[in-house]
Amino acid sequence: MSGSPSVLGGRHGRIDGAEQVTGAARFADDLSLPRMLHARIVRSPHAHARLVRIDSSKALSLPGVHAVITGRDLPTPYGIIPWTTDEHVFAVERARYVGDAVAAVAAIDEATAARAVAAIEVEYEVLPALLDPEEAARRTDVQIHASKRPGNLTKQVDLAFGDVDAAFAEAPLLLENDYAFHGTTHAAIEPHCALAQVDGDGLLTVWSATQVPHYLHRALASVLGLPARRIRVIQPPVGGGFGGKSEPFDLELASALLALRTGRPVKILYTREEVFLAHRGRHPTRIHARTAFDRDGHLVAHDADLLLDGGAYASFGLVTTYYAGQLTSLPYRLPAYRYRSRRVYTNKPACGPKRGHGAVQPRFAMEVQLDRAAVHLGIDPIELRRKNFIGENTRTVNELRVGSLGLLACLDAVERASGWKERRGRLPRGRGLGVAASAYISGTNYPIYPNEMPQSAVQLCADRSGRVRVFAGTSDIGQGSSTMLATIVAAELGVELADIRVVAADTDLTPVDLGAYSSRITLMAGHAAMDAAREVASMVRRAVAKKWEASPKDVSLAGGLAIDICDPSRTMPLADAFVLAESAFGTLGAVGSYNTPKEGIHGDYRGGTIGATPAFSATAHVAEVTVDEETGDVVVEKIWCAHDCGKALSPLLVEGQIEGSCYMGFGEALMEHHETDAAGRLVAPDLLDYRIPTSLDTPFIASTIVEAPDENGPYGAKEAGEGPLHSSIPAIANAVFDAVGVRIDELPITPEKVLAALDKQREEQHRR
Amino acid sequence: MSEGSDAQPISLTVNGEPVTVLATPSETLLEVLRYRLGLTGSKQGCDKGDCGACTVLVDGRPVLGCLTLATLCDGAEVRTVEGLSTAAGLHRVQAAFVRHGAAQCGFCTPGMLMSAVRFLETREQARAPTREEVAAALSGNLCRCTGYAKILDAVIDAAAELGTRSVPGSNDAEGAR
Repeated sequence: MSGSPSVLGGRHGRIDGAEQVTGAARFADDLSLPRMLHARIVRSPHAHARLVRIDSSKALSLPGVHAVITGRDLPTPYGIIPWTTDEHVFAVERARYVGDAVAAVAAIDEATAARAVAAIEVEYEVLPALLDPEEAARRTDVQIHASKRPGNLTKQVDLAFGDVDAAFAEAPLLLENDYAFHGTTHAAIEPHCALAQVDGDGLLTVWSATQVPHYLHRALASVLGLPARRIRVIQPPVGGGFGGKSEPFDLELASALLALRTGRPVKILYTREEVFLAHRGRHPTRIHARTAFDRDGHLVAHDADLLLDGGAYASFGLVTTYYAGQLTSLPYRLPAYRYRSRRVYTNKPACGPKRGHGAVQPRFAMEVQLDRAAVHLGIDPIELRRKNFIGENTRTVNELRVGSLGLLACLDAVERASGWKERRGRLPRGRGLGVAASAYISGTNYPIYPNEMPQSAVQLCADRSGRVRVFAGTSDIGQGSSTMLATIVAAELGVELADIRVVAADTDLTPVDLGAYSSRITLMAGHAAMDAAREVASMVRRAVAKKWEASPKDVSLAGGLAIDICDPSRTMPLADAFVLAESAFGTLGAVGSYNTPKEGIHGDYRGGTIGATPAFSATAHVAEVTVDEETGDVVVEKIWCAHDCGKALSPLLVEGQIEGSCYMGFGEALMEHHETDAAGRLVAPDLLDYRIPTSLDTPFIASTIVEAPDENGPYGAKEAGEGPLHSSIPAIANAVFDAVGVRIDELPITPEKVLAALDKQREEQHRR
Repeated sequence: MSEGSDAQPISLTVNGEPVTVLATPSETLLEVLRYRLGLTGSKQGCDKGDCGACTVLVDGRPVLGCLTLATLCDGAEVRTVEGLSTAAGLHRVQAAFVRHGAAQCGFCTPGMLMSAVRFLETREQARAPTREEVAAALSGNLCRCTGYAKILDAVIDAAAELGTRSVPGSNDAEGAR
């Protein structure tokens, strides 16, 4: 291999850094087109209601109003998971949550559209609303989705591995506890926005702040009844996603139909409240956990019963229901494991994938269970985790293949960095240290809709200018996927990062990539880029070797030069080398594509493919907290996080992912709550009341990169964008226990709950 | 954006350039900047004064463009992210943001930069700012990607470039370069 080792693993920033800091980066709402109309969406004020009548006549008679569309105009259902297409752009027969879309208006400007929205008359017949998941699971007289079987279940999974009951019967330590994880949302700072245009040839173009241009492309074709080849989806820079933009939304489909109807470009920008309503955030989850240990602290069995509050639509929920169980089976050896996971519909904004999808809630329960076991058995909680480490190149009890897993190095790193050995147990009451660990997928082995085609692909072109162009369907949502691609190409071809142009996420220009979800892009698109770049590099080396009368293997491409390895004084600028190669081979280009291995990586039971991944990352957190026993306030002083990403291609960006994940977990643990009132209305549909941490709230985050390269990752690389969130939350909860001896098993950890727990603690001490 | 029959001309100096632009009584400074003047660098994240993505400097003071009526800015000097860099290159705080990886999605970045510029220009120059001082100065600007770590590193580094030394506790392994 040739290449520039200084690029791969070097501390470079993003390739679009200058665009970002000058305000030149153009996000979806920064785009405008001549004759552009603005549209707004009419939303249901009721949590559950039958649509009796919609009268748009007054709205249509307003000057400046161009079109109104309703559920009748878009009768085809859609949904990200092909087996649960339970959404319509606008409610057809009934509205299922406060905020469900009912109609949309396109007008000359936003103010006119807003006036027209108010002029649309909708008559509702209010239906009983189900807001509590236990009740929704029980009730058969109220059906949120009439076509489903009674009980409002989206999905139920019952799986058992090993002899769980026998293990429980013999175990010397059995811990049985209830946990509750609350709803939280992504709250990307950029609101969702879509702009649609139909050109003279009838080609529909949709620009959207999406993480999944390919799935949007498919949904547009299906719902609008147009062939996919007549639709172009372009994803401009996206102002944050975190899973909140990973499926088609009403505004994309509505702007497209309005553009087709009016013949003019149509833009829809969500208000901040609409972003909270669109949601697809973390499922509120109730977990009943039973965990058995032997006397030495080894896990012998775990049994979890999970109830996921899904909200009004399925979203990714079928997969979430599995993830809530499947990924608890590592990073620890679990000889016997059983779970029942149920997701129910309720009349609330739909839940979906938020960073760490489905696995964050059960991770909280498991890591607190481990902490409890450590206390019971008098074992250091880091040591307990080391003892239980599943190992590398092994299988989980539910048959997921595990390759590299740098958990022990992560635990060592946070133990050392936090001064754990010296300080834990010696801190004054009110101050504590807590640990937790986790593992996460680097993409899934199976695409969302079954097919044998590549999950990611890259086309590479180089030419006589010395510039290299990378065409990829990948969605850069801030995680830096375009920089990742450029880094790999720079390393393989020896060109400077500045001489690489990445053209991404435009369905007319770029090959298909499935999107920015499940931490898949570095592993999958990275492979594709590596393969394509190696093919072009081979051509360049052969052409230079011919000129030098040398062997191609003696030609290195690095630092903007072709270099003769046998005589490093002989060099040639890469642009000249490209000229030789273009002369010898014609237009210089190559494609690379990637599909996951399918053999021997999971069990063949139903659902066994879910959780299967080419490579798992590993993470460990230590959190230090101060608890004020007078006020119940918990202050997180510092979070240490070590994350095994296999190989950090761009360490600065990997650190950013670790820091951002820790921050997001911290916010979930202590501050954020996406909740509804008794009428199903959001309690905090704005960024003041939904409290995302500010720079003053956020603790100091000390990140450590651990590299346990995986044979399935490009250069050994694994994911970094989601894994470092999981164990941040239980680390904080465990630190609270270490500080004051109380467990808060129902998130978020609020001053009220801490005070109540401290009161109970005092009463119990008094009684003794 | 229709011009509106009740629109009145107002005079602004935007990034050093005098402009006269129409604004209706209900139009915000952010709307005028983004939709009438094409200065889309300033962002709308919430349109109700919570996120800070629309922060611009009006007569040197940071304001939320989404809560500021444009007509009240008649005669004012407005600085936006587009005015930070010059033909000679990036402003030192912009360069520090790039170097430190302080932007991920980049959406909060323009507003964050304006708060940082205001902080760097008005702080006591004789000593390096503490991490807490920088965090306080930027606490009106929400970022959802970074956990603020690299943003604070970048601002501290930019302050150090003025001749003061960087403070210990920088989150960046390489520190000021």
